[in-house]
Amino acid sequence: MKTLKTLNGNQAIAEATRQIDPDVIAAYPITPSTAIVESIAQFKADGLISGEFVCPESEHSAMSVCIGAASAGGRVMTATASQGLALMWEMLYIAAGLRLPIVAGIANRSLSAPINIHGDHSDTMGARDSGWIQLYSEGCQEAYDNLIQAFRIAEHLDVRTPVLVGLDGFIISHSMEVIQVEDDDEVKKFVGEYKPVYPLLDTSRKLTVGPIDFTDYYFEHKRGQIEGIENAPRVIEAVGKEFGQKFGREYGFFEEYKMNDAELCIVVMSSAAGTCKDAVDELRSEGKRIGLLKPRVFRPFPHQKIAEALKKMKAVAVLDRSSSPGAFGAPLFTEIRSALYDYSQRPKIVNYVYGLGGRDIMVEHFKEVASKLERIAETGKIEEICGYINLRE
Amino acid sequence: MKKESWKELTIGTINLDAGNSVKNLTGTWRSGKSPQFVEENCIQCFFCWLYCPHFAVRVEGGEVKGINYDYCTGCGICSVECPPKDKALVMVKEEVKLAERSAK
Repeated sequence: MKTLKTLNGNQAIAEATRQIDPDVIAAYPITPSTAIVESIAQFKADGLISGEFVCPESEHSAMSVCIGAASAGGRVMTATASQGLALMWEMLYIAAGLRLPIVAGIANRSLSAPINIHGDHSDTMGARDSGWIQLYSEGCQEAYDNLIQAFRIAEHLDVRTPVLVGLDGFIISHSMEVIQVEDDDEVKKFVGEYKPVYPLLDTSRKLTVGPIDFTDYYFEHKRGQIEGIENAPRVIEAVGKEFGQKFGREYGFFEEYKMNDAELCIVVMSSAAGTCKDAVDELRSEGKRIGLLKPRVFRPFPHQKIAEALKKMKAVAVLDRSSSPGAFGAPLFTEIRSALYDYSQRPKIVNYVYGLGGRDIMVEHFKEVASKLERIAETGKIEEICGYINLRE
Repeated sequence: MKKESWKELTIGTINLDAGNSVKNLTGTWRSGKSPQFVEENCIQCFFCWLYCPHFAVRVEGGEVKGINYDYCTGCGICSVECPPKDKALVMVKEEVKLAERSAK
């Protein structure tokens, strides 16, 4: 039965996993994603899921188990965060290269050093070239909805690419929210029966998974892999629409908030977008023409759609919750700035890194960004292309 | 052999051509030394056949008959595992063999 439940982000991910009941869940607990793994283990102990639950000795092994199970022909899920995702790193590339539709819930957390357990996007941004599709969630409801859609996207025959669903560590993973939990059967029906492609357990066909490719084949296989993720946009769009028709909450590549007549825009992902909405409301009541664009899909990057949405703005600030040391701007900024290059009409654009290691970002900080954007729009001059918010100088 | 375009390849590096490793002549990797079969010392224990990583031990009529040099990489495992004191597989420097061949 469709019900309202008070769940935190981790419980929301676990609840969606229970409803989908994958064949194999292999995970190693790490803060702040521990409760996902803990809840799933409890579901297994209580007989609420029929899939196998495996807790190996590390995240590297957890992803290895996922790869083995998915190659065997199973629907597979895992969860991790931060150093755990970093330890999975080489296996992430293998999962994507072998085109295994594994789904992972990631409670986004900073990377050491210095050691820190709080939320930022360093972990998943570090994995942005691994070939995984990346969806980000503003709150617990989105985390729940994204995880359900992730299976449909990953398993689509034209895509067959693993998907990770990010939710901000602690801010979302440990915060309670009243969310709409859909009926078990309806969720199962939406996700559908899993049909593996070339499963190793089908002994009627002899095959090899992951043979060595030298100079003569590696490039072609990589090109095929790229095709899979490039097919994802139309699938993400269709699945988001169908989800909306069925459950009443439609999803696209990004959310636009008060963007209709906006001249200034703040681009920010995940939980900070909620705070930004409050700031936009306050600024709008002061008569400022400002809006918010909240990307949901980071890989594949919806470059054209985002550029279309931003091209008419006077000034845009892209806020990144991760840094790319030595690069010209943080990951989201470089993507968006590059996406706008081909447009003759394009906004002035700046980048602010915020919230590393869980540093708060408040309404006042967004207002600070807004006043900087106003000055840029008025003068047409950018004093600082890449800066920081709420950092002691 | 015509190689496939990326569009023709099976998804995810899956190889459906079971047994196609016979096309890979691992003997081309061999450098320096190779095992020579001394038939009178062979006790037909099949240890060499069991341990050879490349299935390069030639078996005919149920008996070990020597080495298939198309696949032998010269690793020497067969010679190490060969039980008799006077071994049936003796590692020989490849250049010595080449010299013998050219002398003939």
